[in-house]
Amino acid sequence: MEEQTPQPEPSLFERMRKRLTPEGIPADDRGRMRMVMESLVLHIHPAKVETTSMKWTYTWGLGGLSALLMTILGGTGIILINNYTPAAPQAYLDILEINSNVWFGELIRNLHHWSANLLIVVTVLHLIRVFVTGAYRPPRELNWLIGVAMLLLVLGANFTGYLLPWDQLAYWAITVGTSIISYVPLIGQWLTQLVLGGPEVGANTLLNFYSMHISFIPLAIFGLMSYHFWRVRKDGGLTIPKSSKQIEDPKPERVTTIPNLTNREMIFALAWTAALLLFSMLVPAPLEGIANSALSPNPAKAPWYFMGLQELLLHFHPLVGAIIIPSLAIAGIFLLPFFDLNLKSVGVYFRSQRGRALTILAVGIALIATPIWVLLDEYLLNWTLWLPTWDTLISNGLIPLAVIALPLILLDDRIHKIFQADTEERVLFIATFLFTAFIVLTLIGIYFRGPGMNLYFPWNMPVVVH
Amino acid sequence: MTETSPSSLSRRDFLKLTWAFFGGVVAVETAGVFLAYLQPRLAEGEFGSVITAGLVDDFPANSVTHIPNGRFYIVRIGDGGFLAVYHRCTHLGCTVPWDATAQKFVCPCHNSQFDQQGTVENPPAPRPLDLFALTIENGEVKVDTGDIIQRQTYDMAQVIYP
Repeated sequence: MEEQTPQPEPSLFERMRKRLTPEGIPADDRGRMRMVMESLVLHIHPAKVETTSMKWTYTWGLGGLSALLMTILGGTGIILINNYTPAAPQAYLDILEINSNVWFGELIRNLHHWSANLLIVVTVLHLIRVFVTGAYRPPRELNWLIGVAMLLLVLGANFTGYLLPWDQLAYWAITVGTSIISYVPLIGQWLTQLVLGGPEVGANTLLNFYSMHISFIPLAIFGLMSYHFWRVRKDGGLTIPKSSKQIEDPKPERVTTIPNLTNREMIFALAWTAALLLFSMLVPAPLEGIANSALSPNPAKAPWYFMGLQELLLHFHPLVGAIIIPSLAIAGIFLLPFFDLNLKSVGVYFRSQRGRALTILAVGIALIATPIWVLLDEYLLNWTLWLPTWDTLISNGLIPLAVIALPLILLDDRIHKIFQADTEERVLFIATFLFTAFIVLTLIGIYFRGPGMNLYFPWNMPVVVH
Repeated sequence: MTETSPSSLSRRDFLKLTWAFFGGVVAVETAGVFLAYLQPRLAEGEFGSVITAGLVDDFPANSVTHIPNGRFYIVRIGDGGFLAVYHRCTHLGCTVPWDATAQKFVCPCHNSQFDQQGTVENPPAPRPLDLFALTIENGEVKVDTGDIIQRQTYDMAQVIYP
């Protein structure tokens, strides 16, 4: 019998493993549930999960993917620091060195670059998913606020990181992006100088942005992310659609987290990591010539995720386009859970059948109306010419704003009357409309704006040689 | 202690208020220290100091000359007067080149256009190009690049004559 043979002294490795995980992964459900509860990392999960909440097409794994990307960004960022000097023009030379002479340098930089860009897309999709499933309603309002704050921090991290290569692309995107700050009423000039560390983008700006990029912003994101996870559990886990089956069966099917959920997460994370690695091997991160403050490129574009904003600036007085509209938008996103309170449809995509129809309608109208409005404003409407004696804040700001707001109010009224839409469906309609319009503006800014910020078809884009 | 007396603040409330007040003072002070620490400093002899652009006679009447290290143009208008025009677009901060054939400043970024004196000819720029304080001493044109002058219109008072 095996039990009677004298046990050999456990090896050093064996003893270490036993100290760290005394029992290994237990074979029985009870042991596995206890392991989840007692582990610092795993206890972000419940010991058992409902099978419906693991349904792939419910969350799309967007929150988890954001966390994975943050981890990749942290790892690649920490080693990129070792070959980078935040000084002009040395920063640019260091990037060239990383790309050509550092072992795996280009791969790591590409991985950092593409993960950062993907992170913006994924966090925005995560926000959309939470919005369309109504998953921000009580008691989850606070976690929504934290999530939006993290989205703003992610944008901040991307924007500060954008300057670090110190090439023409970086220099002018940050010049254009930070000039928007100077339109803040009263303190705009002072604030711009504080952010830039001087009157224009220069060596001080690079140091300011670098320090924010590697210390304050990642620390803040890490803190909020931990709190975000904790709150998900405190608020009762994922929202689960109440299907008819569930009303009949109050005790839904639940399985242990280990291995049902952890295996899925592991496969998901590995697949995405592999895809990112492959992409980073094939597609290099952009790098242009060294920053030159005397030579503005034509056109000068902000980072792609701010192109919707820059498009607004082409149509409105800067105070309206760069300050008032974005502030209202951010305030609106923050406040969404406080005027959309119907708890019955929590977890249901698009609230209801009518909500689904209204969403499609909102997307459709926005897809058609936004390009038409851009074309009209570009070639026909010219308020400053028609009202030459008026202040441009009114003629080029408040009047066009009213021209947009009025049809939207009428549209909302029609939706209310024709479809008998309730508050939550009207919120869904308006938010979907505005969000789609913003996406369209962003795409126009990225792909349809050419030299002199004139409109061109992407396949017809003239190239300006400097 | 009676509620009616004006000095009816209880000992506990008084201490709470005192703590809150000094806590607030410390918070404001800390924020002030951070802001002061982060204020930009300008190095001597670089952009931000007084830069000699050249001699008065270097600039013919009705000419526009770029002085790249000072970030400005010396504009000498038809009647011989001088302006130092900041080369930064008032819209979103791009560097505005002088288009000699069209005789205007054309911003490559968003197509703002300015005439020789920097007045807006085509939006989106919200105001004329900024000026720097310009002085003429002993036939030398000197520009104080630390002194950015924003203006809403062009008028003759802005022009400096030798």
